Amino acid sequence: MGFINSLISGLSLGSVYAIIALGYTMVYGISKMLNFAHGDVIMVGGYISFCMTMYIGMPGWAALLVAMAVCTLLGILIERLAYRPLRGTGSLAVLITAIGVSYFLQNTALLIWGANPRVFTSLFKGISTMHAADGKLTITPESLFTIVACVIIMIALTLFVNKTKAGKAMRAVSEDNGAAQLMGINVNQSISLTFAIGSGLAAVAGVLMCSAYPVLMPTTGAMPGIKAFTAAVFGGIGSIPGAMVGGLILGVIEIFARAYISTELSDAIVFACLIIVLLVKPTGLFGKKISEKV
Amino acid sequence: MEKIKTPDTKKLLKKAGKGAYGKEALISYGIVIIGYILLKLGAATGIIGFNLQGQFVPICVYVSLAISLNLVVGISGELSLGHAGFMAVGAFTGIIAARMTEGVFASGNTRLFVAVIVGAIFAAIAGFIIGIPILGLRGDYLAIVTLAFGEIVRNFMNVLYFAKDENGLRFAFNHTIPGIDNSQRIITGAIGATSVQKTASFEAGIILVLFTLFVVLNLKNSKHGRGIMAVRDNRIAGESIGIDVKKYKLMAFVVSAALAGMAGAVFGQNYSTLAPIKFNFNTSVLVLVFVVLGGIGNIWGGMIAAALLTVLPEALRQFADYRMLTYAIVLIVVMICTYNPKIRARFSMLIDKVNPFKRKGDQAVTEGGGSDE
Repeated sequence: MGFINSLISGLSLGSVYAIIALGYTMVYGISKMLNFAHGDVIMVGGYISFCMTMYIGMPGWAALLVAMAVCTLLGILIERLAYRPLRGTGSLAVLITAIGVSYFLQNTALLIWGANPRVFTSLFKGISTMHAADGKLTITPESLFTIVACVIIMIALTLFVNKTKAGKAMRAVSEDNGAAQLMGINVNQSISLTFAIGSGLAAVAGVLMCSAYPVLMPTTGAMPGIKAFTAAVFGGIGSIPGAMVGGLILGVIEIFARAYISTELSDAIVFACLIIVLLVKPTGLFGKKISEKV
Repeated sequence: MEKIKTPDTKKLLKKAGKGAYGKEALISYGIVIIGYILLKLGAATGIIGFNLQGQFVPICVYVSLAISLNLVVGISGELSLGHAGFMAVGAFTGIIAARMTEGVFASGNTRLFVAVIVGAIFAAIAGFIIGIPILGLRGDYLAIVTLAFGEIVRNFMNVLYFAKDENGLRFAFNHTIPGIDNSQRIITGAIGATSVQKTASFEAGIILVLFTLFVVLNLKNSKHGRGIMAVRDNRIAGESIGIDVKKYKLMAFVVSAALAGMAGAVFGQNYSTLAPIKFNFNTSVLVLVFVVLGGIGNIWGGMIAAALLTVLPEALRQFADYRMLTYAIVLIVVMICTYNPKIRARFSMLIDKVNPFKRKGDQAVTEGGGSDE
């Protein structure tokens, strides 16, 4: 039963990674940039939700909605102010700017909320933990709802990208920016929309993550951000199903490594797995092979 | 600088780019020496305070890290996010080597030298090991592998325990070594290296920078260096005229790793305690910021950026809590101002008006911007 318990908590952690990785992968797909500030948007989401429940006394779901709204705006704002002036200047310049934005968010949070860790009240604190198989199998509401949320987001996002007009525009822009513009697609709007969705999802991930691991600090988002980035690459960066699968696999590997090998070395094992996967499949699990022309 | 042996197909590589070396090298060495004299004067006359004097060695270390990372990012054209990993390997193996030779060499400088050599060797080995899987990867996939490597190194350092007693060197993973007292500990897991005897000096740092510069500039202006740049500019075209892509990529990577290991060893000998957390992802990113801010591929640009940005947080101390926030804003604004095409155009118009010695096009930025598209 220990195995299944680990598997469930692995899937739950993996779902959080997957939701964050979706933001990475969508942004990468459309603007070919590594948005290193994405992890810190998670942290902002967590803090907003924390403040709403703590100081205003909102119910959990309302706090989540507020956090999503704030992060969505934040995502649009970051893209507009920091990334758009650098569009088309090469990915390195934008990467460094993204790192600047990341420092900015972390240090703003440090000024507002201080360095002391805050204890986050779980979104699902009223719901009791479920037991099965004579109490050997434990399912916390956090893991259950995280996995469910991940599945819902996955389905909704796939439908959105494939069926709606805005989704099609997004795909067109990520395929060929210039051609899309010539076809009358508003490129700026599509990119803004991508950032908005990615950051909104980051807020969801932040609240879910802080519900399961209730410590909130200005650097809370940094490590999950890096892991989710790894997950996105694992699955093939730019691919939405890839981010999902990559996130889940990464979460399961991490929890199993913690449970059966070593807690301290779990990160090393996760990253070693990534290197091995990239050795076998150089563009990740679902990545497209790009053939070069001379 | 070099002889052309026989006129073969690689003659192009040998001939191309001649003449640029002298100027770049002269400027770079000049900057280092003038910087050294100015800082020394400042320290002697008391203009430079005690806090800043403590930053002299880290400045040298970061400058040489910026130079060595430029070899990978600028000259070889690959994004590396794990430079701190090599630095960590160099620092910790260097610390162990220095402790081991305490009884052999009385002079601190000799031990520092041993630490630097050992650090360079081990970092080069690490660079070789991580370089092999990298060869098959492109662009951002390569970047993530270097990131993963840096994290793996830091993770291992967190569970590594080293000690020296009368029986020799002892080490363990994941738990403290029994029967060892504090003075015998060398590395204690997440606490890191403790009671290191400081042997690094500003002079040693300057020698480190000069040596790093010497290696990188000579490599850049050799046949191999032009091979590396040819592969950067067009991999397929390079391959088709007979350049061994894998060899040159690996060469740039391993040399860069070894130089980072040397810098790490000097860094490690500058503090009495050194925790593995010092070498996290943020440090790798910091060095990358120096390289990009200085102009990708522009060696002395990166050096200046490294020196300024290492001092900047110290200089911003008067802003107290707003220090790092200001740093972040400065970083974003500087990046936008230097890379945004419109603002750049306006700047260069201004410079053209003021500057009577007009340069034809600014190479550093077009190099960085163009290659990614």
